[in-house]
Amino acid sequence: MRFADEFRDPVKARHLVAEIERLAAPMAAARGRPLQIMEVCGGHTHTIFRYGLKNMLRSELLEFVHGPGCPVCVLPMGRVDDCVSIALRPEVIFTTFGDAMRVPGSKGSLLQAKAAGADVRMVYSPLDALALARGNPGREVVFFALGFETTMPSTALTVLQAKQEGVRNFSLFCNHITIIPTIKAILDSPELMLDGFLGPGHVSMVIGTRPYRFICERYGKPIAIAGFEPLDVLQSLWMVVKQLAERRCEVENQYRRIVPEGGNAPALAAIGEVFELREFFEWRGLGSIDHSGVRMRERFAVYDAERKFTVPNVKIADPKSCQCGEVLKGAIKPYQCKVFGTACTPERPLGALMVSTEGACAAHYQYARVELADAGSAGRVVA
Amino acid sequence: MNAAKDELRNERAAPAGTVTLAHGGGGRVMRELIERFLVPAFENPLLAPLEDQARIPLAGLTAAGDRLAFTTDTYVVSPVEFPGGDIGKLAVCGTVNDLAMSGALPLHLSCGLVLEEGLELALLERVLLSMSRTAREADVTVVTGDTKVVEHGAADRMFINTAGIGVIPRGVEIAAGRARAGDLVIVNGTLGDHGVSILLARNELALEAEVVSDCQPLHGLVAAMLAACPDIRCLRDATRGGLATVLNEFATSSGVGMRIAESSIPVSETVRGACEILGLDPLYLANEGKLVAIVPRSSAEAVLDAMRAHPAGCAAAIVGEVTAAPRGRVVLATAFGGHRVLDTLAGEQLPRIC
Repeated sequence: MRFADEFRDPVKARHLVAEIERLAAPMAAARGRPLQIMEVCGGHTHTIFRYGLKNMLRSELLEFVHGPGCPVCVLPMGRVDDCVSIALRPEVIFTTFGDAMRVPGSKGSLLQAKAAGADVRMVYSPLDALALARGNPGREVVFFALGFETTMPSTALTVLQAKQEGVRNFSLFCNHITIIPTIKAILDSPELMLDGFLGPGHVSMVIGTRPYRFICERYGKPIAIAGFEPLDVLQSLWMVVKQLAERRCEVENQYRRIVPEGGNAPALAAIGEVFELREFFEWRGLGSIDHSGVRMRERFAVYDAERKFTVPNVKIADPKSCQCGEVLKGAIKPYQCKVFGTACTPERPLGALMVSTEGACAAHYQYARVELADAGSAGRVVA
Repeated sequence: MNAAKDELRNERAAPAGTVTLAHGGGGRVMRELIERFLVPAFENPLLAPLEDQARIPLAGLTAAGDRLAFTTDTYVVSPVEFPGGDIGKLAVCGTVNDLAMSGALPLHLSCGLVLEEGLELALLERVLLSMSRTAREADVTVVTGDTKVVEHGAADRMFINTAGIGVIPRGVEIAAGRARAGDLVIVNGTLGDHGVSILLARNELALEAEVVSDCQPLHGLVAAMLAACPDIRCLRDATRGGLATVLNEFATSSGVGMRIAESSIPVSETVRGACEILGLDPLYLANEGKLVAIVPRSSAEAVLDAMRAHPAGCAAAIVGEVTAAPRGRVVLATAFGGHRVLDTLAGEQLPRIC
């Protein structure tokens, strides 16, 4: 497969791993612990597990800390309850991305609401939802808008198109969140032990590289904006480790083929036209973070499902036994959580990190549950 | 002769009209439906008397082996027709393959139809002719059946249940619990074709690609494999849940580990590309004409040669080996040079958001 296999070359991977370990070894020895690098984005978590990167690097030298960048995972229960209450209205066709279907609220998930008779449909794009609205003028089509700046432009442009066409039976249930305040909240956390960051690739394609400067300037941590192929992740890791070794601290851009320094101006303009910052937004596991979410501006009120339908808007506390917050901050590993793999599994997720395959816990559960102590001895593979 | 009849039927105009509740009412209209569509599609001496049950002589069965294999499956695929097959072909292949995975020679099927009021008679005829053609290819006969019609909205166009019987030859002992450390894992060709062809045929993705379902009967291939190695340990068709699920079932039942090499698993470029775009993993996608076999290492080359000489196995490949540990787990050596656990999925594969 052209343009994909080039980024999955095992020979180049071995070279990078050797170089990363060579640079990391003296620093890990000096610290008496492995270097801890957080990949902010859930897409990177997925790559790390799916391609087995975690097991290619010696764990005494380097550790990945899985960050909060899975928008499905950080959605609080109260918002899911609001979704379900909208979806259960008889006039509503509720449209959503696939992996949001399983996120548990306090009264079940969208998948369960669908089984109970709600008209919930999976779409690949907000434009599919708009097309449904055109085709079903007698129904109210609601799109479950979620994601970081990555998905925000496409929702904003869909709302603008709906307005231009005069489609009135279409609205958003807006749960878009922004990455920068969240990284800041993590950096301000007292338990933090991070040495550096892999920056989100697709978010940066929209916002550019400048918004990350405070990470270096104020907190003294290096960051490399990373692509999503396994070689992208390894090369970015090498860039961060090299910065640490050379005592540099910069925003570097590994994902140049996609991410321009200044971001994407038309996308940012569309976001600015449709959305405005909320004072605060509730995150599962992390609590309320100032200015970390957006809502629709007043002049798009008719496209705002929160204004169109009354929703319960009840804040539901995270389950007591759930330690998603500590995992998200990198304070504990997924398998160190009290309920990991027992009360909380992908079949019955208690915490959000167990829901999406981008969630650190689900990825751990699916790809790495057994410590492969004997993988070396059984390592010979036929063919 | 049957093929000639198919031709004749294809030449005359497709039947007009739709299925009504009267077609399932047990009266004259239902009788007409059976005589016009079902009897000609399936005609054979065991069906011909149209009794409430088929009466199958035991003598023929006992001559072929020492155990009866008996299975049932229900087919609800949407859309009903897709590139490479339709619900009728699927209903024959699926049940024939479930029988074949025991090493059985498949013999007879039943056919239970649940039709939604309003279904076009032309579509019903196409599906029945497809069943009839596939049954002929698979050397099985449809010897009994039942038809029900439900109100509009109570079913999605048509559902088919087929049950099947076959006879297992003496000495063949295929079971999920028989894998032993050192055995090798073989698949008969590219994975994920059926799953992707159905996704594309639903037309919701605006992706255009030529992917044809692999829907095919596998009993001939199994017979060739058994001729090369009567001691095949495990055999299962990789339908829902795909290769990953079957391997986990074998590992759990046998109390062994598996080590699979990603780079040796055959997946077509188009399926890889579609999975890449949609965020799906081909190792979990459904197949309808693919099997996973565990064979003793000493017979693996002979089995592989026999498979490659058969049309249903020309792209067969050894994809991994059975290990003593970790018990009950499947480890995938990634093409990138890492390794990870290949687990079963909790539910359906849902595409990722970003």
